[in-house]
Amino acid sequence: MSSFLLLAAILVLADVAAGLVRLLWGPAEDRMMSAQLLGTGGIATVLLLGAAEGSPAAVDLPPTLALLAAFASAAFVEAVTATADTMPEDDTGT
Amino acid sequence: MSAARDILTVCFVLAGVLFFVAGTVGLLRFPDSLTRLHALTKADNLGLGFVALGLAIHASGIILALRLVAVWLLGLAASATVSQLLARAISVRAAPE
Repeated sequence: MSSFLLLAAILVLADVAAGLVRLLWGPAEDRMMSAQLLGTGGIATVLLLGAAEGSPAAVDLPPTLALLAAFASAAFVEAVTATADTMPEDDTGT
Repeated sequence: MSAARDILTVCFVLAGVLFFVAGTVGLLRFPDSLTRLHALTKADNLGLGFVALGLAIHASGIILALRLVAVWLLGLAASATVSQLLARAISVRAAPE
């Protein structure tokens, strides 16, 4: 069972890594979506790893990841909407 | 009983991984930002929900299972907020006043 959970954790992690390609392609909002995917996938990975190794304390870490991803996106949106009409081009506000 | 629980856990975790992959494919392949946002935020949280549900069945006690569900609920709240904010940012940048 624990090797299956380990395999599932690796699959989710590989999926997150594939999603990071969107970080390269842009545009800026999609980069934040990629970071959001990193948050969600990171939660799932930590949960799976914690269950695979039988350490229930691993449940305490994921809320931090969720909050970090949410705050990062909130800060980004704040920056974009505050400077929307002074922005010249694509790659600002990151 | 234990075998039935293991089978349920495997099924739910596999479903979760499948939804994660679907969300990432959507994020990479869909044509514009709003459709990509739609694919990512829905599919990923369903994936996280399935993983948390599978692990909750597998968990040793009811408290641990409830904490897993709480993690999923927090993920849902965070993702719903982020998707609304990002959709607003996309629309602001598409049509700046």
